[in-house]
Formats: sequence, structure tokens, C-alpha cells
Amino acid sequence: MIYPNSKTILEVRNLCASVSGTPILKNMNFTVKSGEVHAIMGPNGSGKSTFSKVLAGHSDYEITGGTVLFEGKDLLELAPEERARAGLFLAFQYPIEIPGVGNSQFLRLTYNTVQSHRGNEELDPLEFDDFVRDKMKLLEMREDFLDRSVNAGFSGGEKKRNEILQMALLEPRLAILDETDSGLDIDALRIVSKGVNHLANKDNAIVLVTHYQRLLDYIVPDFVHVMEAGRIIKSGGKELAVELETRGYDWVSDEYKAASRVAA
Amino acid sequence: MSAALQNIINQPYKHGFVSDIESDVAAKGLDESTIRMISAKRNEPEWLLDFRLQSYAAWLKMTEPTWQNAHHPKIDFQAISYYSAPKQKPKLKSMDEVDPELLRTFEKLGVPLHERMAMAGVAVDVIFDSVSVATTYKEKLAEVGVIFCSFSEAVKDHPELVKKYLGTVIPTSDNYYAALNSAVFTDGSFCFIPKGVKCPMDLSTYFRINTEESGQFERTLIVAEEGASVSYLEGCTAPAFSSNQLHAAVVELVALDNADIKYSTVQNWYAGDENGVGGVYNFVTKRGLAQGVNSRISWTQVETGSAITWKYPSVVLLGDNAVGEFYSVALTNHYQQADTGTKMIHIGKNTRSTIVSKGISAGKSNNSYRGLVKIAPSASGARNYSQCDSMLIGQESGAHTFPYINVRNNTAKVEHEASTSKIGEDQMFYFAQRGIDAEAAVSMIINGFCKDVFQQLPLEFAVEATNLLSFKLEGSVG
Ligand SMILES: Nc1ncnc2c1ncn2[C@@H]1O[C@H](COP(=O)(O)OP(=O)(O)OP(=O)(O)O)[C@@H](O)[C@H]1O
Ligand SMILES: [Mg+2]
Repeated sequence: MIYPNSKTILEVRNLCASVSGTPILKNMNFTVKSGEVHAIMGPNGSGKSTFSKVLAGHSDYEITGGTVLFEGKDLLELAPEERARAGLFLAFQYPIEIPGVGNSQFLRLTYNTVQSHRGNEELDPLEFDDFVRDKMKLLEMREDFLDRSVNAGFSGGEKKRNEILQMALLEPRLAILDETDSGLDIDALRIVSKGVNHLANKDNAIVLVTHYQRLLDYIVPDFVHVMEAGRIIKSGGKELAVELETRGYDWVSDEYKAASRVAA
Repeated sequence: MSAALQNIINQPYKHGFVSDIESDVAAKGLDESTIRMISAKRNEPEWLLDFRLQSYAAWLKMTEPTWQNAHHPKIDFQAISYYSAPKQKPKLKSMDEVDPELLRTFEKLGVPLHERMAMAGVAVDVIFDSVSVATTYKEKLAEVGVIFCSFSEAVKDHPELVKKYLGTVIPTSDNYYAALNSAVFTDGSFCFIPKGVKCPMDLSTYFRINTEESGQFERTLIVAEEGASVSYLEGCTAPAFSSNQLHAAVVELVALDNADIKYSTVQNWYAGDENGVGGVYNFVTKRGLAQGVNSRISWTQVETGSAITWKYPSVVLLGDNAVGEFYSVALTNHYQQADTGTKMIHIGKNTRSTIVSKGISAGKSNNSYRGLVKIAPSASGARNYSQCDSMLIGQESGAHTFPYINVRNNTAKVEHEASTSKIGEDQMFYFAQRGIDAEAAVSMIINGFCKDVFQQLPLEFAVEATNLLSFKLEGSVG
């Protein structure tokens, strides 16, 4: 929701990034204020996941220009774990499996690490168990989730739910959900969306990366952006997503090219 | 591999100091007179000298094995000193009498010898270079009839027991290094649990090589009579030297009817530096004879040290219904090489064995599992389950699995599972994205990987092993 006079959480200016010498992000500009929900759409390969991972600090990507401020601080200066502790959360498009590492131990470690960096108290295993089971109810997750290895053998939809569970535990300032809807069945989509809506408030912000309007029926965005070839080429309100659903991306691309020609 | 991950696995060796303890070191070289000298220094009986001389004769006829997947320059057996003993009072009644420098050494090692072990109620025998310097809790153990002492004392005080069992599990001519050990061993531990006695505390031996050019050849013999049981822990370290030290120990276990021996090792001999210079050659022969019906022998090892480790703690399952177990974690880094595994020889009926091996290779190291499961024609209903998992860290390390299975009885059932995994950059990124730094991430992954083995260790040791692995893999990140 858009609140008057809300604080800027994320400010990306002319961000350029490349992977092994190939530019992927080209002058990306993007601003998020607290309380807002943004949707980033755009064709496959346009750089949506790259943008998310660059914000989270993935070492595959070299920053070749631009600035990123996170709550006024230089985000690019921070190590990936420091960004997470500062409140940046990325729900991965493809959550990785970590065989052998118990999900409950992992969840407790991440929770306690982030809490202690925020100056809050850590929870012991028993306290954490109650706490996490509560959050799992919100997402209607099966209890045996905790006993399994992190994401190992999870179905596509279970992995996505596990991501949102972590979001619920860590209560990030900015959550980027990279295609959390893909792979979710109809009921799961509704449950996960309900969970995300429950977590959204006026002090945090959510960026949804998605290909489909149906997610945006549940989590209604304040802004919709279209990415192409490493930059945002059009921004609008929630009705833009509806229009994209019927018309596709070509017209946006054409409009952008025409505008660029005029500018040049 | 990222710099962070690289740093984590490149920890310096914290036990790399030389203790300033005066030693009585023999001149280098090996011939019959060396063996007579060792035997004389230790006032040994004639039969033991004969045992040594026979072993030496056998050794002379043998050639160094080269089949293991580990490579080293030829060892010059004449450049090694075969006897090094700390110069001090020969007999100690309690730990308070131990050379303070030695105690400081153990403090530096982080060995919870003096207080923590005592509090935990663990009886400890300390072997420094080749000589046992202190055994704790002897009297208390003696009350229930348990004999726990240095090998030399056992030869002096219980010659009939030593004579009865020495070399019965591992014959002097078993292999090159066992033969060498049988010829020149200087000390070690002896442990005897009489019929029906459950040893009231864990027994522990701590080994340390302290002299640069001495080899360490200790000998351990554990006998559990009918219905007896014991849990035995072995730890070891060595200072950092640029040359290589040879450690060729022999451990023999005998379990009679319904006896139970659990032998746990945390091996942290000096591994050499990050360029592969120095380090201990750890060529050890360990074997248990599950001689009686329903007997059980269980080996658990955490191998983190040594330039080269070459050992196969094995169980000969002779008694009907005997059980053999092997749980192993072997971690190699830099230029370390480990070729380790087990042999389970099923002879008795309905014998069962379990093998769980976890190999972790980082740096440019090489880690091999080599295991033999042999089911003799007599072993009807025998069963084996083997699981061998390897984890690779970085691009330049190697993991190999060599399972040998030899089944001669068609009622037997043998299962083998193997897997190889990698700590990937994307796993590390996942942890980082959740606020967890690289050190904590690696240690969590490794501990998860080793869980099945660690839970076999006595609690005190499990904690030490967990810390040791973390220490070996953690570092100054960022
Ligand atoms: N680590 C990498 N190595 C090589 N190329 C990469 C890497 N990461 C991204 N790319 C390339 O960058 C471009 C953008 O990829 P990205 O994953 O960001 O697209 P996306 O918008 O998320 O697509 P999708 O909708 O399919 O998820 C693609 O051409 C991709 O192949
Ligand atoms: Mg993507």
C-alpha cells in the first residue's frame, strides 16, 4: 500500500552488472518505499533474477556502475550475509537443496543469527520449535518439514513454501520473491499469498517477480514494472499487469524503442 | 571457489609446537642390534625379544606396499630413530607428578587431560613419543579387575596375558608396517577387561610424536573376556616439522563370547603445510577379532591429520552372530592423502557388519575409501550394509571409492550405497542470504554430512571431533 511520507527502503540508480564480461543489467533504476508492493515482470532472460541476486550480493556478478542505497546505506559495500542481517530477503526462484542439514537446525540458525544482529534475544531449540510451528500453521505446512534436510527432496511447491516460511521467520524490511508463484498449485498459491499479505505492513516492502497476473490477484501490487534487456522499460499501476496479460510484451518494447529514438 | 571458502578450509595447524622436554633419543638406523637395544632398555623377557627378532626377519623379506592410492617419496628406514623417550622419572603415581612442561603441552593441545578428563571420569594413558608417561585411574579400575596400563608395564606385570594374545589378531608377518612395528614397537597401551565386567569408565590413550627424526611405533592390545565391555578412546597430535615422521602403530582387539569393544579414534597428526611439506605418514594396522559368539567390535574414527593416512580398521567376525562396525570420517585438505576403509571378514553364522564412511576432500587433497567385505562359505545368513559418501570442497580435490566384495555363501546379503556431493557456491550463497556466514555454513554442512558417524562417538569425543572439523575448515573469513 502507498503511504504518504513513507521512508525510502531501496534506491537503485543506474545499476550496471555483468557476468564474465557480458553486461546483463544496464542502467537499472528502481525505488521502493516502505509499505509498497512492487511487481517486476518481463520476458525470460530479461534480467529479473540477476537483479534480485545482485541486490543480495551473489559473487557471480560484477557491478560495473551505479549505486544502491538500502535504508540510506550503501548496500554494495556489504557482504551478502550483512545484507540479509540488515533486512534484505530473497526468496529464490530455484531454492537449492542442502542434503544432511536438518531444516529445523537451519531455520533456527538463520533466525538466531539475524535476531542477534538486531540485538534481540535468541531462542533455544524448544522455544524455537513452538515459534516455528506457529509460523508453519500460517502457511499450512506439514509438520514433518522440520525433520527433513533443507529443501532436499522437497517438491517444487514445498520449496517455495519453505522460502516464505523463512521470510515469516526473518521479518525482512525488503522481501524480493523471485517467481514464488511458479510451481505452486492453485490452493498453495492462495495459501502462500495469504501468508505474504499477512506479513506485509507499513514498515516493510515487497518486490514480486512474476510472469502471471494470477499472483497479482492475490497480492495486489502498487506498482508494476516491465524489465527488458537489463533495465526497466515501463512502469505503471496494477492495471499494467492486466494489460500485459492480454497484449504481451511486444508493444511495451516497441513503445520504449520509439521513445528512445526520439530522445536520441 | 570463492576466496571466503578457500580461507575457511586453510586453517593453520594449532598443535604445531615442539614441547621442550628432554628426550633420550637413540641413534638413527635399524638392524638387529637396534632391536636388542630397545628390548634391553625396556628390560624385556626373552620371549618378547624373540617375537621382535622374528618380526624383523619377516620384515627384511618383505617389500614396501605400493598399491594404496597415496604417493610419497621412498622412506629411508635407516634415517629414522627407533627410540625416543622423555627423560624423566620412570614411574608416576598420579598426574601431579607429570613433568609440568608435559602438562603445559597438553594444555596447548587443548587436551582436557588434567581436569576435564578427570571430571568426565575418563582414565587416560599418555604416550609421548614412544613411551607411556602417565596412566590415570589405575587403582580404581583395578578394584573391578580391569587392567589398564602401558604396554611395558603389562609385559612386566602380566606377561602371561600379553604372551597369550600378542600377535594373535595381527600376525607379525601380516604386512610390511605391522612387521616393522612388531620388531621395534616401544610402548603403547594394554587393556584387559575380565569376564562379566562392564568397564566403569571410558579408557583413553593420548599419543604424541615430539621428536623430529623419531618414528612412533606403539602397540595397543585390548582384550575383553566373556560378557565384558569397554569403550576406548584414542587421540593423537604431533608438532609441525618440515620432514616427515613415520607412525606405524598396531592395534589388536580381542572380544570373546558376548563381549563388546568400542574403539574410537580422533586422529590429528600434523598434516604438513599448505604446500605439502612435512607431516606424518600414518601407516597403521588395526584389527579386531570378534572371536566369541554374539561378540561385537565397533571402530569409529575421525581422521583429520597426517600427510598420508593409510589404515583399515577391520573386524574378523569369527563367532556366530558376531557384529562388526566401522564408522569413519576422513577429512583431507591441501596435499593430504588418505586411503582408508575397513575389512569385514565374515566367518561365523549370522554375522553382521555395518560400514559408514564419510570422506571430505578439500584443497588439492586426495581421499579414498577402500573396503573389503568378505563372506566365507561358512558364514550362512551373514549380512553387510555399506554406505560410502564423499564430499568435495573446491575444484581440485579428489574422492575415490574402492569397494571389494567377495561373497562365498549364497544366503548372505550384501548392500552397498555410495554418493558424491559438493559444497557448491550456490549453497554457500543460500546460507549467506539467510544471514549465516561462510564459517558457520561450512561447519553446518560438514556436521550434517558426518552426523551418522559423530553420533557413534562418546559425547566428550563427539564435541572434540565437531570442533576439530570446524577448526580445520573454518578460518578468517572476509
Ligand atoms: N551466472 C550466470 N552466468 C551466465 N549467464 C547468466 C548468469 N546469470 C544470468 N545470466 C544470463 O543473464 C540473462 C538474464 O538472466 P536472468 O536469470 O536474470 O533472467 P530472468 O529475467 O530472471 O529470466 P526468467 O524469467 O526466465 O527467470 C540471461 O541471458 C542469462 O542467461
Ligand atoms: Mg528468473
